[in-house]
Amino acid sequence: MSEIILNPKVQPQVPLEAQNVTPDMFAGKSIDEIKNIEIWFGNEQVSLSEFFDVEGESADNASEIKIIIDGDVDNTKRIGQGMTAGEIVIKGNTSMYVGSEMEGGKITVEGDAGPWAGRDMKGGELTIMGDAGDYIGSSYRGDWRGMSGGVLTVYGNAGNEIAEYMLGGKLVVKGNVRIMPGVHMNGGTLIIGGDVIARTGGEMKGGTIVVKGIIDEFLPGFEFLGVEKDIEIDGELLEGNYFKFKGDNATKGAGGIIYAATKGNAHIAP
Amino acid sequence: MQKIIKNGMIYDPLNNIDGEKMDICIDNGKIVDSVANDAEVIDASGKIVMAGGVDPHTHIAGAKVNVGRMYRPEDSKRDVMARGGGMRAGSGFSVPSTFMTGYRYAQMGYTTAMEAAMPPLLARHTHEEFHDMPIIDHAAFPLFGNNWFIMKYLKEGDLDKTAAYSAWLLRATKGYAIKIVNPAGTEAWAWGGNVHGINDPVPYFDVTGADIIKGLAEVNEMLGLPHAIHLHCNDLGHPGNYETTIASFDIPKNIVPKPKYGHRDKILYATHVQFHCYGGTNWRDFVSAAPKVADYVNKSDHIVIDIGQVTLDETTTMTADGPMEYDLHSLNGLKWANCDVEMETGSGVVPFIYAARAPVPASQWGVGMELFLEIKDPRKICLTTDSPNAGPFTRYPRVMAWLMSNKYRMNLIENELHKWAQTKTTVATLDREYSLYEIAQVTRATSAKVLGLSDTKGHLGVGADADIAVYDINPETQDLSAEYMAVEKAFSNAAYVLKDGEIVVLDGTMVKPDLYGRTYWINTKYKPEVEQEVLVDVEKWFRQYYSVNFENYPVQEDYIPRSVPLLGDSVPGEASGKEPAIEGASK
Repeated sequence: MSEIILNPKVQPQVPLEAQNVTPDMFAGKSIDEIKNIEIWFGNEQVSLSEFFDVEGESADNASEIKIIIDGDVDNTKRIGQGMTAGEIVIKGNTSMYVGSEMEGGKITVEGDAGPWAGRDMKGGELTIMGDAGDYIGSSYRGDWRGMSGGVLTVYGNAGNEIAEYMLGGKLVVKGNVRIMPGVHMNGGTLIIGGDVIARTGGEMKGGTIVVKGIIDEFLPGFEFLGVEKDIEIDGELLEGNYFKFKGDNATKGAGGIIYAATKGNAHIAP
Repeated sequence: MQKIIKNGMIYDPLNNIDGEKMDICIDNGKIVDSVANDAEVIDASGKIVMAGGVDPHTHIAGAKVNVGRMYRPEDSKRDVMARGGGMRAGSGFSVPSTFMTGYRYAQMGYTTAMEAAMPPLLARHTHEEFHDMPIIDHAAFPLFGNNWFIMKYLKEGDLDKTAAYSAWLLRATKGYAIKIVNPAGTEAWAWGGNVHGINDPVPYFDVTGADIIKGLAEVNEMLGLPHAIHLHCNDLGHPGNYETTIASFDIPKNIVPKPKYGHRDKILYATHVQFHCYGGTNWRDFVSAAPKVADYVNKSDHIVIDIGQVTLDETTTMTADGPMEYDLHSLNGLKWANCDVEMETGSGVVPFIYAARAPVPASQWGVGMELFLEIKDPRKICLTTDSPNAGPFTRYPRVMAWLMSNKYRMNLIENELHKWAQTKTTVATLDREYSLYEIAQVTRATSAKVLGLSDTKGHLGVGADADIAVYDINPETQDLSAEYMAVEKAFSNAAYVLKDGEIVVLDGTMVKPDLYGRTYWINTKYKPEVEQEVLVDVEKWFRQYYSVNFENYPVQEDYIPRSVPLLGDSVPGEASGKEPAIEGASK
């Protein structure tokens, strides 16, 4: 695999939008050509080299390219947007929309990611080692068709309304999340390792949500189906006892499933 | 600056010109007999020339359109244009922003478009959006069919007062025509219901759709309005509704058209009839009734219809037919906006996906095409998509190509459409193909005439506004039925578009995006002494019920940058007084 290293110079106060930083865009280009790839700086287009030192070796196919962003890019959005193959490693924090609309390949963020990571994701793997913001694995604003494939994993905590309008794929948050995870969810799997503040699966019609921690406030539109032990989700065995619910009956044709660990959640059981 | 368009093949149905090679002379924004030798030459060799397109029914400006823009960011994302070449940035596939709306119409060679549903209370908003909509001449049709004053006076049987109020409302809103949407039904929706058919009385006012259609058709001729009553029938989209449709068409047939301006000879304009041609009792036993409705139209001389052709896109529906939008939302489960406009009307907005593979949209596509192909006289048809309800106006070129090519239609029917298009409609058996002359008829001539604007719009005769489209289509060398994709492309990107004699589009690209069109409106009064009585009622109900003061309600003429009042005592002209925008009959 050819490695291309982008060393961030300075992150400007006006955000950069780097949807062109993908293995697909870099494939078949020389390092000099890659330096001249345009990124958005506010409402202007500038060369990548204005904000990044570029070195390494490119390749003809996206699948043979690994892009390493060697440092924090706190104010750079859309890295890896729509990528189909290859790999990106961000050795620091990044801003909004990382891996949004991605269809294949692999992105690893070693720090934190902003909101909308993996928005409308269709395939591939997006891994965030730190925390992530709101609306990760969600739909575009206004749309009712969200993340449909791939695996999005967050090792830290995540924000509000994650997996909104999710249709397929798998979203795993090891830490805690804020309100309304899986809101309007229609398919796919959402696994939350930590706690949820409130309204898990609001107006969900399909898909599965597992909460291993504590749900502070639960919605009334869910039907209690009983307790299950050692559940199997997408071929993965999750040990322990879970309350099983079906809903959200606030909406027509509700067929979503929520598993909530029995430990600490006695207050939501009937 | 004088101009001459040379060697083009002219298609001008209002002047009976069918593909003749002629030169078109232009001076001072008008088409004239001749120009000097040094006039700028536009070479239209191997190209066709038509008057600028006239869209008689579209939704492009006002409150519900803006709700569509605001609540569908996912639609905005589908079509984004950066600023450049003097053009503003814009976005929106089914509901484009105002500037983009003007540009996109012009690029297709359309130079006039009518906003077909303006809630009177929101007239100011509508005109404000026109301020930011370049190129196209325009007007807006205020909604009358569920208005409390109209229903009150019709209940009292007082046509004089109905007419006097109507004239006042057209002046107050700077409106152009009497628009009727689901008469009695939208008011019933304010009570949580709907009406079914034309003989179902509205709560409280106790008048029926039939009473409203008949009363307003009579008022239309008492006022001598240029356009006919513009009717969106009851029961839109319901299987079995064709009986309501035909019964509605029949109501005003014995009234005689008496326009005081223009040359309209029809009494009724019925809109998006495709949505009103359904047989059966539910969506399982549904069958197209377009042949029955087409037969009625073929045998009738009092009516013009537009189609509302489904274009098989994901789009945004928006209408003053509030209960219909609730039905649609219940059907597709997508987001729904609903609004009650005080004492006047209501509205709703719901996204809709007309998927070719789905049975109902495929059938609806067939129903629209059946109407186009089975109504024999294109002088009774206007091409529309009820934009954006059945599809965005940017698809007009595709509809034209479908009409001109049986091969294009059969490819679609056999390879892409659900089989219901063939089993529920007769579209696959119809091999008629429109000529360019017929295309010009349904996109310019019929609409200009029924709008009452055919002195200056919809034709290329001397005295017409120099609104002209030149398309890169050569009927002498091209087989238009076989080369349907080339036809669609040519109609999408006109070679030249002139607006008021200025070249605004060149090779499909805007070159003069900062020209702004006229606003037509009706400046008339019916019996001043009756109007005085009516205004006593109006002011009383304003004090009691309206959320705005009576004095703040009318849109003042200063609000209209290029105001063209029709009728009235004053000589119609531009507000600036620079040039008379409207001249007498020139043909």
